[in-house]
Formats: sequence, C-alpha cells, structure tokens
Amino acid sequence: MYSERHEFHLSIGSRFENIDLVQVVLNDTLEALGVEEGERHRIDLAVREAVANAVKHGNAQDPDKKVHVDFGVEGGTVVIRVRDEGAGFDPQAVADPLDESQKLSPDGRGLLYMRRLMDEVTHMEHPAGGTEVMLKKRIASA
Amino acid sequence: MKVTARHHDGVTILELKGKITIGVGDVQLREAVTEALQAGAKNILLDLGAVTTVDSSGVGELVSTYTTVTNRGGKLKILNLPSRVADVLQITQLITVFEVFDNEAEALASF
Repeated sequence: MYSERHEFHLSIGSRFENIDLVQVVLNDTLEALGVEEGERHRIDLAVREAVANAVKHGNAQDPDKKVHVDFGVEGGTVVIRVRDEGAGFDPQAVADPLDESQKLSPDGRGLLYMRRLMDEVTHMEHPAGGTEVMLKKRIASA
Repeated sequence: MKVTARHHDGVTILELKGKITIGVGDVQLREAVTEALQAGAKNILLDLGAVTTVDSSGVGELVSTYTTVTNRGGKLKILNLPSRVADVLQITQLITVFEVFDNEAEALASF
C-alpha cells in the first residue's frame, strides 16, 4: 500500500464507514511528508467530501461498486484522485450553496468545500468508467 | 461520535464528542435531537467543544437541526465552537446563522 515515494492506492467498498480508513492512511502519509496538522485537516476534509460523493452519488452505496483513491506527490504538490464506478456527474448541475435560496439547504456543500480547501479540483470521465475527481494542493514540505 | 444529554432550567444541553460526518455522526446528531424534542425539549444548546471534524453532511445536519427547532418555536444555540468547525461554517457563510457562546452560563441565560 505504501511506498518510499509516499504514494498509495486504496479501493474501498461503497460504505461511509470506509471513509475513516482513507482518512487514517491519508493522514499518516501527509504526516510522513511533514505537512502540518492544520493543513492535513484541510486536505483530509476535502478528500472526505470527494470519497463521500463517490460513495453516495457516484456509486449510490452499491456494495458491488468500489471507490478508488490514488495519492501521489508531483513537484511539491499532493495529487489525490478519487474515482467511482457510477453513471457520471455534472458539477455544473450543483446549485450554488452560497445562494440565499440554498443557505439553509441540508445538502449541496461538498463541492464548495473541496474547491475552497484545495488549490485545484477537476472532475472528468474516467476511461474505465465512472467519474474521477482530481484534487491538488501545493505543500511546502514535499 | 458520542452524545451526552443533560438539562438545565428548561434547556437541553447536548454535548457532542468526536466526528459529525456522513453516515455516522450526522445520524447520531439527528437521533439525539429528535429524542430530545420527543421528550418535550424546546430549547437546545449544542456543546461542540469536543468535536474534532465536521464535514458537509455534518454541517447539513446542524442546519436541519436549527431549522427543525426554530420551526417548533424553540431556539438552538452553540456552545464552545472549535476553530476548525468555525472555519467550516465560515466557508459556507453559515457562521452568522448560529448564535455562538464560549461560556455556558451566558449561553443558558440567553434563552
């Protein structure tokens, strides 16, 4: 799972309980890279949102579908790819949670958190199927 | 997440400890508030001092809880808001929705 180059790949079942497993591995890896606690928490929260979206919206909590998480470091930037096996996702279709009409909505904030907590967030269709979200964050220690 | 309930002068104080996150903590928060309301509670003070993480589902549950309690004619306020949780509420501009206290006596007196 780990390598000396601080990379990992996880494939988890589509259960919310498994998000904590990703968090533990991610936190350990970021700590080994020397990322300070506050920054680790921000990256963790963004990845939580990505994995939760993959479990809930992408895979619709289908136990036969997996969520794939890949972590790597490219030139001082951590790059995390989260892929589901669902039917696709259009980020443009998500209502703006900062709009006054959405302010007290019980959901719809995950994408905003990802965008505010990371430097770059990109959604794309994966060649193997499903949606992949790529999260990038520049870190001083890498 | 662990929830401990206690009561003081007509206010139900729910002390939350751990993560308010999707599928686990958010459900426990909803159940704790529902149980308090069914037991006759009107005013609720959420003590978030020992909360370590809140994700968007946790934020959604806090908003739902606020709406439910307000619609029933009660008040929901927050005690001991950790800076990390405050940051999360700030991003979605919800920090101004909640009345926040860092002193329990002042919080209780405000109801």
